[in-house]
Amino acid sequence: MSGAARRVGEVVLSVQEVSLSFGGVRALQGVSFDVREHEVRAIIGPNGAGKSSMLNVINGVYHPQQGKIRFREREFQDMDSRQAASLGIARTFQNIALFKGMSVLDNIMTGRNLKMRCGFLQQALWLGPAKREELQHRRAVEEIIDFLEIQHIRRTPVGRLPYGLQKRVELGRALAAEPALLLLDEPMAGMNLEEKQDMCRFILDVNDHYGTTLVLIEHDMGVVMDISDRVVVLDYGRKIADGVPEEIKRDQKVIDAYLGVAREAVN
Amino acid sequence: MLYREAGQFKSTYAQDQQIFPIRQDRIAIGVLLAFAAIVVPLVGNEYWLSAIITPFLIASLAALGLNILTGYAGQLSLGTAAFMAVGAFMAYNAELRIPGMPIIGSFIIGGVCAAAVGIVFGLPSLRIKGFYLAVATLACQFFVLWAINRVPWFSNHSSSGVITAQKIEILGYDVVSPAGKYLLTLAIVALMALAAKNLMRSETGRAFMAVRDMDVAASVIGIPMMRTKLLAFAISSFYCGVAGALYAFCYLGTVEPEAFTLDLSFRILFMVIIGGVGSILGSFLGAAFITMFPIFLNRASEWVAGVFAVEIPGAIVSNLEAMIFGGLIIFFLIVEPNGLARLWQIAKEKLRLWPFPH
Amino acid sequence: MDIAFFIEVLAGGLLAGVMYSLVALGFVLIYKASGVFNFAQGAMVFFAALTFVSLVERGLNFWLALVVTLAIMVVLGLVTERVVLRPLVNQPPITLFMATIGLTFVLEGLSQFLWGSQPHGLELGIPDVPMEWLSQKWNINISQFDLFAAFVSGVLVAVLAVFFQKTRIGRALRAVADDHQAALAVGIPLQHIWAIVWGVAGFVALVAGIMWGVRNGVQYSLTFVALKALPVLLIGGFESIPGAILGGLIIGASEKLAEVYAGPMVGGGIESWFAYVVALLFLLVRPEGLFGEKHIDRV
Repeated sequence: MSGAARRVGEVVLSVQEVSLSFGGVRALQGVSFDVREHEVRAIIGPNGAGKSSMLNVINGVYHPQQGKIRFREREFQDMDSRQAASLGIARTFQNIALFKGMSVLDNIMTGRNLKMRCGFLQQALWLGPAKREELQHRRAVEEIIDFLEIQHIRRTPVGRLPYGLQKRVELGRALAAEPALLLLDEPMAGMNLEEKQDMCRFILDVNDHYGTTLVLIEHDMGVVMDISDRVVVLDYGRKIADGVPEEIKRDQKVIDAYLGVAREAVN
Repeated sequence: MLYREAGQFKSTYAQDQQIFPIRQDRIAIGVLLAFAAIVVPLVGNEYWLSAIITPFLIASLAALGLNILTGYAGQLSLGTAAFMAVGAFMAYNAELRIPGMPIIGSFIIGGVCAAAVGIVFGLPSLRIKGFYLAVATLACQFFVLWAINRVPWFSNHSSSGVITAQKIEILGYDVVSPAGKYLLTLAIVALMALAAKNLMRSETGRAFMAVRDMDVAASVIGIPMMRTKLLAFAISSFYCGVAGALYAFCYLGTVEPEAFTLDLSFRILFMVIIGGVGSILGSFLGAAFITMFPIFLNRASEWVAGVFAVEIPGAIVSNLEAMIFGGLIIFFLIVEPNGLARLWQIAKEKLRLWPFPH
Repeated sequence: MDIAFFIEVLAGGLLAGVMYSLVALGFVLIYKASGVFNFAQGAMVFFAALTFVSLVERGLNFWLALVVTLAIMVVLGLVTERVVLRPLVNQPPITLFMATIGLTFVLEGLSQFLWGSQPHGLELGIPDVPMEWLSQKWNINISQFDLFAAFVSGVLVAVLAVFFQKTRIGRALRAVADDHQAALAVGIPLQHIWAIVWGVAGFVALVAGIMWGVRNGVQYSLTFVALKALPVLLIGGFESIPGAILGGLIIGASEKLAEVYAGPMVGGGIESWFAYVVALLFLLVRPEGLFGEKHIDRV
């Protein structure tokens, strides 16, 4: 099901020897991998392996003590998350970071904020340019709402929606930024089979339709094997495998990590 | 049945974005504004205009300002009265020292000065949040009041710190009557309320609410923290500043710094809480309630005094007022934290179905 | 510079600071135990002081009045917990804070409704005169009463600190402050704990009210003194008893020194805002206060 029709391009994101610690805890140690344009790259590993931390480093929420991130010809070590957003990196979060007091429509509209140019005075007067800009972005957001099939709840405050729909709205908000790179942190966590199928469909459609490069963290092995082009496996903050799904499935180190086979202490 | 939206389809996004998408609402607001602009000044008696309705409008404007900062942007502020004071005194000084300055210009200068003060005292919001920020805004409240009292320039070197607002003249007409002042206040408040509504349903409003709901996430999707928070302080203080200028010019006349105490800041906060946090309409409802309630209480106590032939001292009434206000705050927070605005919304929902039960 | 005068001013400031700490302590107790920032603490101080002094003026024996007022404060605490806090138990902290602002108004109105609004003087038998020994030997004037108040505050703080750290109930209070659900899960009776806490806070408010009442008279302006305790909390952190003391000392000393040395240059009266500005500047450097706990936002 991983689109053979999709043309996977050059390397667009390169993670180089990234190490990250919090106090005494080493979240990541010397991790390196790359991501190619238009591909679906999965990051998997047991709990606590450092997957979310890796995503946080890529979009500038955490700053690694060592190593660099290279995105589209630019190298960073301490990019901040706003810079990452303006460069075209968008993401969703494990625990849903939506704005609970706003409606679905407004939440997704916030994803367009970097594209809005009118100043607050123009907005206050609702002059021609402000009104036109608002309606133009509204049109773009409505396309996303159609795509994600959430028209019926567009005015509902997000705090009142069930978990699965909230995750969809969060995806919508990330899509609204028209990102070049989309980071998804466990987009299917807590969903039932039907919701997972829907979410898979949306994710693949995003990749097919918009050509967005995807990096996702996911625990459901079936999903990972089905939709990813290549997979990175982390364990205790280190990379232990990197390749296409078939290779990863058979890799002994990966199997050991998931089964928790006793090993020598990791320094 | 009267209130149903059946048949009112929106075929463009522009129609969907209207402030009053339901036709009945548009008619109602039109009637209300016409009534306010034409009927009230002709019919209203001077006492009502100058002592009740005009101060209500001014309070609404201040509540609107605070609502923008606390309700929409989530930055709790206890320094509202200080911003009003800046607006009042700077408008006075602009009118005094700049020859030929039109009164609206003075009001705007008052507002802009208040906005500047707001930005300075809003800087801590970049580092501190919640109650800590609230206590920091107390610094603003006390400092500004002290400065206005001690620095003679503000009150034109008057020994008591008291100023007398100048006469208002617009396009050659003297605005001295209560009706005139009322109309001026109404026009300014209506326009600024419209501007506020426009702002809050645009990107600025969304950015404010995003910062309120989860500022870390807002930052991650590209919303600039510093610019947004400071803008919230600036716009909110501008509104409070203009409200303060109106307070001086269209209501009090003679203004002393003690008119802008912490007590006033709390009153306006109460308007926001009771009226509805994060709601333009709520600001008006809350202001109406807090303005009318003392009058109602006074009348009620006079009636009781008459019926039972006793004398009820003013102190008792004002203490009762404080207790009831406090009690109402607690009541609203428990029962309907979204205030009168939410109750109004619920009423409208019921009205859609009326007279049918469901 | 006159060293003796400087020491006098400094000492006066430090002693005032201890008294600020006393009020701040009430805040810390309630925050530690229930996570509620009780803006009404100042009004509680005022209410306690006014009730006590009114009872004494109506002829009640000093100690009896003390006990009666304490009982009233405890009842007040229980009623507050039942009527205001329990219905709001799951709301965000800012809602509870605003409820305590409402409570402030209720208490201020109630105090004056019951007892009237004239100022009252209060005497404890310790004169507000300089300690002779210090003033004669080193020409330093430090009020006897200030020293007494500092002593009482110190004792109270020490007792409370021990109570929190060493006793079973103190541990339970700390557990409750950390996590209500978890505390319930291990069988801590939440309601009893809160009743105890508000009772103790009421007692602290009474002591603070009496001390400040003797110093400044029992009148409405007492509530502003209590507001001064807020900068103390900003500096010391909301959850720390030692922080309340240290914060109080810092605020008291700096305020007094500024008032005496810098005040005349700008026309005086800076004590209305100086404490707040100091706390503000302090916060910019250390947003959680000296001993407060850092809050890390997890995304």
